[in-house]
Amino acid sequence: MAVGVVDAAIETHGLRRVFKTRKQVVEAVAGVDLTVRNGEIFGFLGPNGAGKTTTLRMLATLLPPSGGKATVAGCDLLTQPDRVRKLIGYVSQAGGSDYEVVGRYELTFQGRLYGMTREAAGRRAAELIEMLELEICADRTVKTYSGGQKRRLDIGLGLVHDPKLLFLDEPTTGLDPQSRARVWDEVRRMHDRGTTVFLTTHYLDEADALCDRIAIIDYGKIVAEGTPEELKRDVAGDVVTLTVAGPSQNALDSLKDQPYVREASIEDGTVRLYVDRGEVAMPAILRQLDAAGLQLLTIGLHRPSLDDVFLRKTGRSLREVAA
Amino acid sequence: MKLLRDVWLVFGRYFWIFTHNPAWVVIGVVQPLLYLILFAPLLKPLASTPGFPRGGAYNVFVPGLLVQLGLFGAAGVGFSLISELRIGVIERLRVTPVSRVALLLGRALRDVLTIILQSLILILLALPFGLNINVIGVVVVLALIALIGLLTASVAYAVALWTRSENSYAPIIFTSTLPILLLSGVLLPMGLAPSWLRNIALANPLSYAVDAARAVFLGHLGDPSVVKGVAIMAVLCLISIVLGARAFGRAVA
Repeated sequence: MAVGVVDAAIETHGLRRVFKTRKQVVEAVAGVDLTVRNGEIFGFLGPNGAGKTTTLRMLATLLPPSGGKATVAGCDLLTQPDRVRKLIGYVSQAGGSDYEVVGRYELTFQGRLYGMTREAAGRRAAELIEMLELEICADRTVKTYSGGQKRRLDIGLGLVHDPKLLFLDEPTTGLDPQSRARVWDEVRRMHDRGTTVFLTTHYLDEADALCDRIAIIDYGKIVAEGTPEELKRDVAGDVVTLTVAGPSQNALDSLKDQPYVREASIEDGTVRLYVDRGEVAMPAILRQLDAAGLQLLTIGLHRPSLDDVFLRKTGRSLREVAA
Repeated sequence: MKLLRDVWLVFGRYFWIFTHNPAWVVIGVVQPLLYLILFAPLLKPLASTPGFPRGGAYNVFVPGLLVQLGLFGAAGVGFSLISELRIGVIERLRVTPVSRVALLLGRALRDVLTIILQSLILILLALPFGLNINVIGVVVVLALIALIGLLTASVAYAVALWTRSENSYAPIIFTSTLPILLLSGVLLPMGLAPSWLRNIALANPLSYAVDAARAVFLGHLGDPSVVKGVAIMAVLCLISIVLGARAFGRAVA
């Protein structure tokens, strides 16, 4: 690969995947270019059927791409899948632990698949059980686990060999809020230890709270990529709403030609200003109103949510799509 | 070396699951017993019918029963694989560096082991009824049954990976194993069959395995049919292992 970020955990160029059914050919992933940097938590966002899981499964060596190139954990995905497998961990949506098997056995067995001796695998299993707080259920069969316990065990299976890069497919789907928060904590701890985490989600708040950078995929194509802050700013900047004593029109006239104001309007007596960066614009707005002799009654700063980003980029709300 | 270690690891996992489920162990022992008690007595009067091979009812019936055990004992193994596909176990194993051949062989050898144990039980139980066989014969016939089991299990796992659903797997497996079984002369010797049926049976690889097993049970270890049966099964077994391992390696959508 000629160009590229030296410090990239994942780099893809034109990654494609076509599925042929009897009746039609479906392009599930239609040319994805992505760069995930080492050490970051990267969120892959999109509605169901957008191509998230297909992309993830290609990157995790489970599905051969129909076209394009990718480097994963420094190895070529197409020619060195065996080397990629040693360096990555992958936790699927379904999980991966067997209900009939004891949790500790699963962890130990997984370690042995990565070449550990029986003793080393046993020690690593004990470490993970402690780290993931699975002590109370570690020696029971998985069918007795709560949803949160099973999810933590499944994540543990992906962490057995201390991978450089961990793929998590919808890690919190179907979990109650507490279990969800614990998974988030776990992901942050991996991040603190230097592991790169690539996760898919259709929860916008999750992407916002957890991810350093995100990409939005829709109909098999990346429609946006950046930090959550950048993406939100790209869409609409920030919104400043204010009211003044006296006619609102005076305030509007005074502010609408200022360089930091992109767009201004009045709705129900409230002035709405669309600005690039609200935290920079606010002091300037205050000074301008002061200079114009207008008395400010209220002022508020609103940031667009990732849902606004999604709406703008795909034409639909993720909440509607996900439901 | 890595392959052997991986096969051993995967075998260990499925053996662990098997031994921790007492129901399977009980079923495994009871099944051959049922065949012997509920079916074999019907053959006694038939043994004097013209066309029925020499050697007594049990020496004719038990080899067929063993072949059937090898076939049916392994035909259903895909069901557990499909449920593992659904809960993500297979995907989790496939993302590790474990050998794809080991993913197939490890679990298929566990299936073969249970079939061999069942076969041994069956042979031991049949001895007091008048079965007559020496130790070398037992070893040869068990090797033959192991090949049949391995062949069937590999095909069954490949079909399970291709279909990914019980609703497609079950009809494919059961509609294909039944004619193979009937045309092999397992239940009643093909010597009793009309010539057209016998001709169709010639195209059935399993009938050579049955011939081989019968020859062994008649004490004819040097009979060419023994070598022929074992060789045909061994070749098919290799082909099926390659197919099955490829199915494990190939991604499934």
